[in-house]
Amino acid sequence: MKTSVDVSAHREGVEFADGVYWVGALDPNLRTFDIILTTANGTTYNSYLVRGSDGVAVIDTVKENFSDEFFARLESVADYSEIKVIVLNHLEPDHSGALPELMRRAPQAHLYISQRATSMLKALLHGEADLQYTTVKTGDSVSLGDRTLAFLHTPFLHWPDTQCTYVEEEGVLFSGDVFGCHYCDKRLYNDLVGDFRFSFDYYYAHIMRPFKKHVMDALKLIEPLHLKQIAPTHGPILRDRPRRYVTHYRELSTSALARSIGEQDRSMIIFYMSSYGNTARMAEAISEGASSIEGVRVSLYDLQGGETDPFVDLIEEADALLFGSPTINGDAVKPVWDLLSSLAVVNLKGKLGAAFGSYGWSGEAVRMIEDRMRGLKMNIPVQGQRVKLIPTDEELQDCQDFGRQIAEVLVGKPQEKGVIDFADLA
Amino acid sequence: MAKAKITFEDIEQTVSVPAGTRVIEVSERIGAGIIYGCREGDCGTCMMHVLEGWNNLTEPSVLEEKVLKENMAGRHDRLACQAQIIGDCKVKPA
Repeated sequence: MKTSVDVSAHREGVEFADGVYWVGALDPNLRTFDIILTTANGTTYNSYLVRGSDGVAVIDTVKENFSDEFFARLESVADYSEIKVIVLNHLEPDHSGALPELMRRAPQAHLYISQRATSMLKALLHGEADLQYTTVKTGDSVSLGDRTLAFLHTPFLHWPDTQCTYVEEEGVLFSGDVFGCHYCDKRLYNDLVGDFRFSFDYYYAHIMRPFKKHVMDALKLIEPLHLKQIAPTHGPILRDRPRRYVTHYRELSTSALARSIGEQDRSMIIFYMSSYGNTARMAEAISEGASSIEGVRVSLYDLQGGETDPFVDLIEEADALLFGSPTINGDAVKPVWDLLSSLAVVNLKGKLGAAFGSYGWSGEAVRMIEDRMRGLKMNIPVQGQRVKLIPTDEELQDCQDFGRQIAEVLVGKPQEKGVIDFADLA
Repeated sequence: MAKAKITFEDIEQTVSVPAGTRVIEVSERIGAGIIYGCREGDCGTCMMHVLEGWNNLTEPSVLEEKVLKENMAGRHDRLACQAQIIGDCKVKPA
């Protein structure tokens, strides 16, 4: 292994395995990526080139305005006429930006993408080129003579189209954004660059975290591989003990709650805000009702006393989420919206949701929260509970029943039901 | 108006609806487990599996067929935001 590397000093490809080159670009000045991420020292757009005895493959490209650097590096290790294969593991513009120009320079090259990438390719290129492509999945491979590119279908990491490509003979995995990070370092390799642990974990937390289930599915395909190096599309090439990062991804994607409350228990979290204590009393009654169902672990949180990030962590692992808000000037209160607009980093799909609250005269908050939860792909099995001003004993009893009913749905207890007429649905 | 019954297997609930109602209109109101994304037949999020009464849903459009294919739909999968109920059927989230 080289002890000193400086890829900022030249515009040449860097060979890091036999016939496998880095031909990417450095973007040290980037500070905000994709609106949702910040980066303290930029990023890299890693593109790779594989030379086989029967042709050359380019794996992913770079962001369009970094094309010059990419093409210069590519030209230093191959001629365009040699390029037989182009693989896009991920169609996001920071990896597909130089594709149209690359196809113009290497018109004989054939493109390989995942099935899900086809509609994205059209939407990104808008007929710019009448591209011929082949869709690939796990088990498919392309031969470059003495080098073979094998494809792994790893969708939703972090777009529907994502896949990985593995060079069997060299044990190099081109992982796309998986195992990547926004960290720009001219020393290129994980054993030479600075301490990038924060950037690695931060990237996971903002990009991969909503897709933990898909990470686990992908790891099933990746873990059995003989991994000598992992070459992601951003950040350092992981040549030193690459399996550590695979193990770390598994740890990050494993539920921590299941270990502390048991696999069978279901977690319900009730968040509320209350101005005169009425919505708080409803929350307590709902909690009491829900707690009476075996196998349901209820947590009660006053939003006034917490911060968003730890609540997001709790929400990620909960099975049911209840939000209580009074209605003030025809709306739910801001802390509720703040929390409900901070959930893009976690997967809420299919979690149970419910809303409740006390109101003075119109009581819109409950319906608005329900609509928001539906928008977040949650299920709302029981219509929300609303109480005008101070709850009566009967109304608190209704709240208990409401909590119990949601808890029963949560543990899968069948509810008594006949045929409902559509006209009776609100 | 002609009526039809749709059963959501995951919540074991049957609803009687006017023929022509889209599955999305019923499933959201009843809180069934089918999940929606774009709501306009493009993203494939609302894929559902039709357990009974395949022929009692309107036929998929060319666009829906394309989206189903892209999302690797099974033989009896449909998009709940597109399929209209014209006779008795039973569905569950795909």
